[in-house]
Amino acid sequence: MGKKIGVFVCHCGTNISATVDVEKVAEETKKNNPGVSYTTTYKYMCSDPGQKLLRDKIKEEGLTGVVIAACSPKMHEHTFRNAAIKSGLNPYHVEISNIREQCSWVHPDKPVGTEKSTDLVRMMTEKVRKDKSLKPIKVHVTKRALIIGGGIAGIQAALDIADGGHEVIMVEREASIGGHMAQLSETFPTLDCSQCIMTPKMVEAAQHDNITMHTWSEIESITGYLGNFDVKIRKKARSVDLDLCTGCSSCWQVCPCKKIKSEFDMGLANRTAIYIPFPQAIPSKPVIDRENCILFKDARKKNIKPNDSKVCRKCIDACPIAPVKAIDYNQEDEIIDVKVGAIIVATGFRELEDGLYGEYGGGKYEDVITGMQFERLASASGPTDGKIKRPSDGKEPEIVVFIQCVGSRDPSKGCSYCSKTCCMYTAKHTMLYKHKVHHGHAFVFYIDIRCAGKGYEEFSQRAIEEEGATYLRGRVSRVYKKGDKLIVLGADTLTGSVVEIEADMVVLASAMKAQDDAEQFAQKLSIQYDKDKFFSEMHPKLKPVESSSAGIFLAGTCQGPKDIPETVAQAGAAASKVLALLSSDELEREPVVARVDRQLPPVFSTCIGCFYCQKVCPYSAIESEDIKARDGSVIKTVARVNEGLCQGCGLCAATCRSKSIELDGFNDEQIYAEINAVEFN
Amino acid sequence: MQIKEKTRIGYYPGCAITMGSSSEEYGTSVLRVAEAIGPELEEIHDWNCCGASSAHATNHKLSTALSIRNISLAEQSGFKEILAPCPMCSQRLIISQKDVADDEELKKDVEDAIEMPCNGDVKILNYLELIKNYCMDEIAEKRKKTPKDLKIASYYGCLLLRPPKVLQFDDPENPTSMEEIVEATGAISVDWELKTNCCGGGFTLSRTDIVLKLTNDILECAVDAGADAIAVACPMCHANLDMRQKKIEKEYNRKFNIPIVYISELIGLALDLGPISLGLNKHFIDTESVVNAFA
Repeated sequence: MGKKIGVFVCHCGTNISATVDVEKVAEETKKNNPGVSYTTTYKYMCSDPGQKLLRDKIKEEGLTGVVIAACSPKMHEHTFRNAAIKSGLNPYHVEISNIREQCSWVHPDKPVGTEKSTDLVRMMTEKVRKDKSLKPIKVHVTKRALIIGGGIAGIQAALDIADGGHEVIMVEREASIGGHMAQLSETFPTLDCSQCIMTPKMVEAAQHDNITMHTWSEIESITGYLGNFDVKIRKKARSVDLDLCTGCSSCWQVCPCKKIKSEFDMGLANRTAIYIPFPQAIPSKPVIDRENCILFKDARKKNIKPNDSKVCRKCIDACPIAPVKAIDYNQEDEIIDVKVGAIIVATGFRELEDGLYGEYGGGKYEDVITGMQFERLASASGPTDGKIKRPSDGKEPEIVVFIQCVGSRDPSKGCSYCSKTCCMYTAKHTMLYKHKVHHGHAFVFYIDIRCAGKGYEEFSQRAIEEEGATYLRGRVSRVYKKGDKLIVLGADTLTGSVVEIEADMVVLASAMKAQDDAEQFAQKLSIQYDKDKFFSEMHPKLKPVESSSAGIFLAGTCQGPKDIPETVAQAGAAASKVLALLSSDELEREPVVARVDRQLPPVFSTCIGCFYCQKVCPYSAIESEDIKARDGSVIKTVARVNEGLCQGCGLCAATCRSKSIELDGFNDEQIYAEINAVEFN
Repeated sequence: MQIKEKTRIGYYPGCAITMGSSSEEYGTSVLRVAEAIGPELEEIHDWNCCGASSAHATNHKLSTALSIRNISLAEQSGFKEILAPCPMCSQRLIISQKDVADDEELKKDVEDAIEMPCNGDVKILNYLELIKNYCMDEIAEKRKKTPKDLKIASYYGCLLLRPPKVLQFDDPENPTSMEEIVEATGAISVDWELKTNCCGGGFTLSRTDIVLKLTNDILECAVDAGADAIAVACPMCHANLDMRQKKIEKEYNRKFNIPIVYISELIGLALDLGPISLGLNKHFIDTESVVNAFA
């Protein structure tokens, strides 16, 4: 029995109707397509009256198939399918024919656009004829979330989810949570102290009943799917028992390796081999840096167990915990398994490497520092207790040159994007500097000042007008050393003159870059990333916190450069998505998934078990399955699609050499029906 | 035994370093060094101006045709590589080659104008590239003299390296190839800051004030870094640093008296080819201290 198909052509205001004669499309479709029993046009199909029209006509006309000729299915397929459900029609009998993005918007010639639209609609009516009812797939949900990264994004998301009543597991690869925000001095545009707003949040996260924290840990692997992820976490050997240790500081006070550059202080201060990254660290318990500890070096050289080395045992001797010491040299990495229902990736950024700019000294001048280094210099908890002293000789710099866009907006250095935060933090740096060195002079070289945020423009103007920073519009061509001064050569493009400044210190507003291992990490999670290795959101406008894999969300700078308010907002958004996901016991998923065929014996399946499909599947959704006889012997090994993981991309179906895989909703019959509709008319 | 095939390289002197011109000592020393340690340089027959400065500033097609004619002549003589010791020439030749490779129409116009085809498969080398590719082992093998405590600042200027996307030679911000050659001659290479700064180039005549400032910075920086001499590979840099040095000293009231030597002259001294035959007597600033260091 043929279907009764209804075709609804949308004007989309004038988006479609300006270049497509929608009435003619409706008319032609009805005339030339047997089985199309009803056609109409409407100004805005997606509006409430438009949806009502659809619902009513399904019932009145007894439609069993619907084509909506409108915008991209990415926009409103969901809307129209939901409307169909309300009229009792299985939603998979509703198809969208996109006559906007790939038709009306690109064909200014009305007759051409009209003809193409008619063709596109005919193709879809042919597909609808072959559409079958599909049932949503139900998936069980593990009500627990994993947060990867313990910076401000991870902490905010963890607190939001934990406050919502769900368990959270947080994994941080450093020895303490806190991330970059813990390193900052003051924050723009209010100049409140970063530590003062960050550390209470760190404490709150650490003490929250619903949050389990794994610091000094990394993600080993993630398998599974939306609602049911299996996560392996590698707890790297800390060499310190977190349960026994009280953080009394006896061990790091006696450690003889005192000349290791502190990562937290961006190399401006030293730390010991057994150390806590910073005084407010959480957990406030040390870790042994096995690369630099002389005991571990000795053990590696002699190829013995660390505990058998006698080179130095000062820290364990100093440890007051008895009878079992809190330090364990022989501790090994431990892998733990957890099951979670949703994941938030909040792995943050790194600052552009120092040596990239040969023209600014390429990292060889001590007094050419990066923005993060200046943060540590200005921080009250920093190596200089917040006094601005230049690294080479500890002198107070009287002239400081700030160079913006170092790396950012410079395709020749591999970053074509704007890092977004530097205009603001440079303005902040000039203020912090002027507040501490009253007679000092700050120069800023900029390309454009981009301060688009609430109170941001006023903040940068304040730096210029009230705090007296001299802003020069132009690039710096070179920084070189002459005596104990740094000569900064630049251009002032507003006056058209060459500028030469004898500076005491130069601060580079270095670009925010994706983490070094972002690419491998994205592959581990099967999420997409962009050309700069930042993780890609599902849709740049409408799905900004969803990753390309269902159940994995993004927060903070791992997705692209952001400042703190934006990061916190995104973390909150990701958390709310997770909370929604964890709110039900079962989830419904789109049933557009691939299926390996099964046949009656003796064939069982036409699958030949080559597993080419497994190689091309980006979501690791292809498993192998043994077809067994009654006695348990294996008759045949074939591929099977895990419905939970499959995203319906169709790569496996296209790759299959024996034509054994079909994609529900897009099977061969449906696709060929569409193609034939163009070819033979 | 493997017989090393003799490498024939097309030699394009250009106007500045050819016999009888202002920087002939660069050309002479390049040829003397090549005679001593190879590779065989063969002057491109009937070469013409590369189109630098005046032509490329006023007429793109004309300047491209001028450069391409030289390349086509080299192609017809069967050369696979051309040496253009003057960086203005090597830069113009490379850019013209890229321009015609990227633009079919321009290629056709140029080929019509010069009445010769241009295949674009000849590689253009600057002098540092030639030495690095062919002569490092030979210098080590045939070096006869080792200078005593001679500190050299290697000065690249701009044309050897820029525009980096087209020239693709060394690190444009921190190049090191000249230092490697300097060290191969036995001299000590000093680390200094302004090795890729501009000397002012052709502005020496129209805006002498700018050139004096730029060259003063360069000389000052090299001297302060402890250099006894500055090595160059560009006739324009040489002219601005050597010929103008007295004027710079007067203008900025500081005595430098620092010899400016071509890198080819340094190699020649290390090979003991004789200072006069290398043209070291043709400088404005006396090169005696450098020559004596090799004694």
